Amino acid sequence: MKHATGTGHGGRRLTPPLAWLHHHLHTLLDTLGRLSHTPLPTLMTCAVVGVALALPTVMLTLVHNLQRLGGAWQAGVGYTLFLDPGLPDDKAARLAERLRHWPELAAVRFLDRAAARRDFERLSGFHDALEALDENPFPPVILVTPADPDPAPERGEALRRRLAALPGVDLAQFDLQWVRRFRALMAILERGVWAVGCLLGLAVLFVVGNTIRLEIGNRREEIEVTRLIGATEGFVRRPFLYMGFWYGVVGGLLAGLLEEVLILWLAPPVAHLARLYGSDFRLQGMGPAALLALLATGAVLGWGGAWLAVGRHLRRSDPLA
Amino acid sequence: MIRLDRVSKRYPGGHEALTELSLEIPRGSFTFITGHSGAGKSTLLKLIALLERPTRGQVLVDGCNIARLPRRRIPAHRRRIGMIFQDHRLLHDRTVFDNVALPLVIAGADPREIPRRVRAALDRVGLLGQERARPITLSSGEQQRVGIARAVVNRPDLLLADEPTGNLDPDLSREIMHLFERFHARGTTILIATHDLALVRELRHPVIRLQHGRLVERDAA
Ligand SMILES: Nc1ncnc2c1ncn2[C@@H]1O[C@H](COP(=O)(O)OP(=O)(O)O)[C@@H](O)[C@H]1O
Ligand SMILES: [Mg+2]
Repeated sequence: MKHATGTGHGGRRLTPPLAWLHHHLHTLLDTLGRLSHTPLPTLMTCAVVGVALALPTVMLTLVHNLQRLGGAWQAGVGYTLFLDPGLPDDKAARLAERLRHWPELAAVRFLDRAAARRDFERLSGFHDALEALDENPFPPVILVTPADPDPAPERGEALRRRLAALPGVDLAQFDLQWVRRFRALMAILERGVWAVGCLLGLAVLFVVGNTIRLEIGNRREEIEVTRLIGATEGFVRRPFLYMGFWYGVVGGLLAGLLEEVLILWLAPPVAHLARLYGSDFRLQGMGPAALLALLATGAVLGWGGAWLAVGRHLRRSDPLA
Repeated sequence: MIRLDRVSKRYPGGHEALTELSLEIPRGSFTFITGHSGAGKSTLLKLIALLERPTRGQVLVDGCNIARLPRRRIPAHRRRIGMIFQDHRLLHDRTVFDNVALPLVIAGADPREIPRRVRAALDRVGLLGQERARPITLSSGEQQRVGIARAVVNRPDLLLADEPTGNLDPDLSREIMHLFERFHARGTTILIATHDLALVRELRHPVIRLQHGRLVERDAA
């Protein structure tokens, strides 16, 4: 009987990693079995966790869909430079040529006065009205697209001022400014959703923690006895941590299910609305990577909640602790 | 194997359960601890099993002062000792088999070996047929024997028993004591707290008598 030898003695034991793995696997399944013996309370807790996780999940999915919509509009974003109406077309063309060498611009398209008029006619349908005019009222136009598709507002404005200050430019105008505002709004909304998500995550932590606290109360005798005959804190803690883990994972699964059902339910009217605007935009669910992240979040929160409950109790369960 | 050196134990609340207690228990011995109720018998066993820590003094087990053992090494110390409690401390929502297997599971024993070792332990206490029973369906004497099977399943060198016959009639008590003698014959060191003086006199083993937390008599039998 030597003191350095750790766990029990007499008889063979598994090599440490194998024993460890076996014990964890066993506890994992054992805990699941235990939970399934009381299906109703178990499902209640899972449902609460599921709803708490579903709310931010659904909101995040919707925000991501809106951002995708904003991204589709992004292609048209750029500047329109209206040149001096008196500027001859060849000088205007040279200005456009110079702009093509600017590194901060991705594309430059030059429309001479006739082309600008044709463009307007094509887009507006005011062909006959324009016929009535003797002179072409349109100035030459240069359309430029910045290299940076989503610049910071002050940088975008600085570029616009530089373009406006070029000799021969009458007016430099931001196109689809509202798309940027929309994207900025979405960024704020996304943060808001994350904040709500954090609060609900905290709620999950406490719900699981409280459920585990009750379970610890039910198994006080078992905890005391196993401690008396030499169970480590880890051994006592493990089944409760796995219980929290299962609550979190099953709750996450329920949240994913709720989210998919909601998206399926919203998808047809959204597609119909999009068609009315001539768009083929479709609502998309969260996808497998996000589902995995959701399950992992549930697992971590459930585990963490159990840890909080069990850690507090363990410190009191042993007279020597 | 066990040496106490001027050990005192004061419980929170101020009551001193043991006072300046010094004694030695040799390896392979069979020793009774007697004394009136409240004399400190249970406290002495708890100090040896490290269920409590002494307030002062040294408790040496195999030359190692367990009074100073760091917290994380306490479970390993407890697993080396077979402990039997007066109130059995069995888990009533588990079968006899699972109760006896518990120390093996805690120690990380090879799962393929557990059934064989549990049956060996149950066989030694004469309960082989009761594996599937719940402890609550057994008599008090049988429950105590389940507790003993659980204590010996890991084949510890040291068995501590706190009033193992406290609730049993004389015949059953004698049976339990004979069981301990059989473990003793295989080389296990045995330390039994009891106030069953008739049985103690009959069995003729060394006796440590405590009174108000002090050693009043060491009788080598
Ligand atoms: N956990 C405890 N807290 C406070 N006092 C205790 C505790 N355990 C035992 N005592 C006191 O210590 C004394 C010795 O108790 P114990 O060792 O149980 O005696 P015995 O087992 O000989 O009856 C008693 O007076 C008892 O009241
Ligand atoms: Mg006692």
